[in-house]
Amino acid sequence: MSELKVTPMKPRMQAEEASGAGVSIQAKVEAAAATAAINPEELRREHAQRQQEQQERIEELDRDTLHRLLYQMVLIRRFEEKAAEAYTLGKIGGFCHLYIGQEAVAVGALGALRPDDYVLTSYRDHGHSLAKGTSPDEVMAELYGKAGGCSAGKGGSMHLFDAGVNFLGGHAIVGGQIPLATGVAFAAKYRGTDQVTLVFFGEAAVNQGAFHESLNMAQLWKLPCIFICENNQYGMGTSLERAMSLQDVSQKAPAYNMAGEFVDGMDVLDVYQATKRAVERARTESLPTLLEIRTYRFMGHSMSDPGNYRTRAEIEKHQERDPIVVFRTNLKEKGTLDDAAMNDIEQRVREAVERALQFAESSPEPAPEELFTHIYANPPRQDA
Amino acid sequence: MPVITMREALNQAMREEMHRDENIFLMGEEVASYQGAYKVSKGLLDEFGDKRVIDSPITELGFAGLGVGAAMVGLRPIIEFMTFNFSILATDQIVNSAAKMLYMSGGQFKIPIVFRGPGGSAYQVSSQHSQAIESWFAHFPGLKVVMPSTPADAKGLLKSAIRDDDPVIFIEQERMYGNKGEVSDDPEFMIPLGVAEVKREGTDATIVARSLMVPIALKAAEELEKQGVSVEVIDPRTIRPFDTETIIRSVMKTNRVVIAEESHPFCGVGAEISAQIMERAFDYLDAPVKRVSGVDAPMPYAKNLEKLAIPDLPRLVAAVREVSYLD
Ligand SMILES: Cc1ncc(C[n+]2csc(CCOP(=O)(O)OP(=O)(O)O)c2C)c(N)n1
Ligand SMILES: [Mg+2]
Repeated sequence: MSELKVTPMKPRMQAEEASGAGVSIQAKVEAAAATAAINPEELRREHAQRQQEQQERIEELDRDTLHRLLYQMVLIRRFEEKAAEAYTLGKIGGFCHLYIGQEAVAVGALGALRPDDYVLTSYRDHGHSLAKGTSPDEVMAELYGKAGGCSAGKGGSMHLFDAGVNFLGGHAIVGGQIPLATGVAFAAKYRGTDQVTLVFFGEAAVNQGAFHESLNMAQLWKLPCIFICENNQYGMGTSLERAMSLQDVSQKAPAYNMAGEFVDGMDVLDVYQATKRAVERARTESLPTLLEIRTYRFMGHSMSDPGNYRTRAEIEKHQERDPIVVFRTNLKEKGTLDDAAMNDIEQRVREAVERALQFAESSPEPAPEELFTHIYANPPRQDA
Repeated sequence: MPVITMREALNQAMREEMHRDENIFLMGEEVASYQGAYKVSKGLLDEFGDKRVIDSPITELGFAGLGVGAAMVGLRPIIEFMTFNFSILATDQIVNSAAKMLYMSGGQFKIPIVFRGPGGSAYQVSSQHSQAIESWFAHFPGLKVVMPSTPADAKGLLKSAIRDDDPVIFIEQERMYGNKGEVSDDPEFMIPLGVAEVKREGTDATIVARSLMVPIALKAAEELEKQGVSVEVIDPRTIRPFDTETIIRSVMKTNRVVIAEESHPFCGVGAEISAQIMERAFDYLDAPVKRVSGVDAPMPYAKNLEKLAIPDLPRLVAAVREVSYLD
């Protein structure tokens, strides 16, 4: 197992070596792995440097913002831990993709938005909808397939929607949400609002035509859309290196003449600040941005993934930079968070999750006639 | 004969054919290292190596088109869709390239390719991941469409599909992968495309069922037998080419037909079968042909609604009683 996968912080400049014609694919992969491998000492130094950087960022923000970001990350983590339990009890069905490990991405990015900005994402959508402001009650009820769910029990885990907070959905076809977001941004510009659209997708979605077609249109027509690639380094059981020729996702932006940035997804404040810059560019200049946010999922691809394609040691390496632990520790070291405040956050989260579970349990099943509602906005006449 | 699962039967078909012809390769998402999202390709990477069993990026339009191109110049690709929901991204290459290449090149380029994977309803995965889209493909001349309902059919039909010189859409049912049955291990065991099978003989009514609906139709027939109705169950097995003769023969005998399908009814395969019966055997019908289909609504997530959306045993039994004027 190469060290490559445990270095989420550095973008790998691999374009030149990849262009070497005549080299076999296998040789290229090996060469890339070799150049990207770093020793444990180097890794420690890098972790220390990242810690230093987050502490500097902490100084630039007010306590309320910092605590709000921490609260949201903890909320998502505990919410999903309970959802996983409910899944194993059979209360939640179908596919259920957990976000644990990636919380800093949704929380940091959405923290940089105005409430009227738009968000779209993939099927791994619990974190984004909670961070956008959908009530945990309604998210949990949706996972339970209940009438009180944010999609009326019809969408389930993969299809959370909440028009009330401009959360335009979880989408289950890999890459499908990217053109949709481009259209949402087009509409904002068309109507002359200064709303910004954020769209999240995995690194495997970057291999879909939908990604490339969307980036081209967004830059061509100067659309206020921010494309956020959550690079957790795996698409199901396939590692990034096995599926993508140029693995520096942020380097795909120049191909479309678009601004691009590489971001440390284990540092909620790096995500927050990078997204702020992109939002500014979108809001004031109506220009798109591609952000590659390097992160890692701690759990399986979905609840049913045995995860044989990576080692426990690899996962543990990444858990050393658990975004919640890192942030909490740095806040404490900077004197911005004491034990009482942390306990308060945990307590409020516990109550919110408990309420959500109770709401989901007690919410009724959708009525049978709901099977035939919401198919058309203008239903055909019944008497026709 | 050995008893194996549908999953193993499909695996055997690919393995045997890949041994026979080295122009065959398998490409798709997670087919190699991961051994298949549904483990249908288990062991094939070890046996044939990564030249012939290839994990693709999530790039359905791309690798479907790659397959068609490779087929134009002599390879015989098996392209696996992780599920047929994702084949929707590849329909341009399937419909505009694979289906029409032979015709628009005046017979110069045949496309011996198989597009296969699970389709139909799956458990509680909502609208985008739970749908039966065989009628889309069956609509187009140039494509062949296969939907097996038993492990033996799965193996025999897949081997025929692989040896066929035309593009074949081969739709498996995810819920059936674990179903067991006797399957021949003769490497020349084949089931020809375009031949229906009478899965159970009867005299009073005919159920035409495919894929997941076949075991349910057989259960319905058992139940109806107790009620004094003798039901014939026919599985067309291939939607294109379609074996109209076998069905017409049955209609002439039973004079009553129910068509069972998971897909939406509107413009579905059941509508086509019904039209053919009407055109060819109208005078033999004692009751209008009845369809029992998936409901005319996208698939909901909630368990209670999902149950209402998919045809089940009671609906099928009721439909046969209805065409038999028993209630
Ligand atoms: C078009 C399409 N192909 C295949 C799938 C099956 N599938 C669901 S998620 C996934 C992996 C996606 O990985 P990535 O984009 O990196 O997102 P992540 O799951 O890591 O968040 C695959 C192959 C799908 N949903 N849609
Ligand atoms: Mg990924």
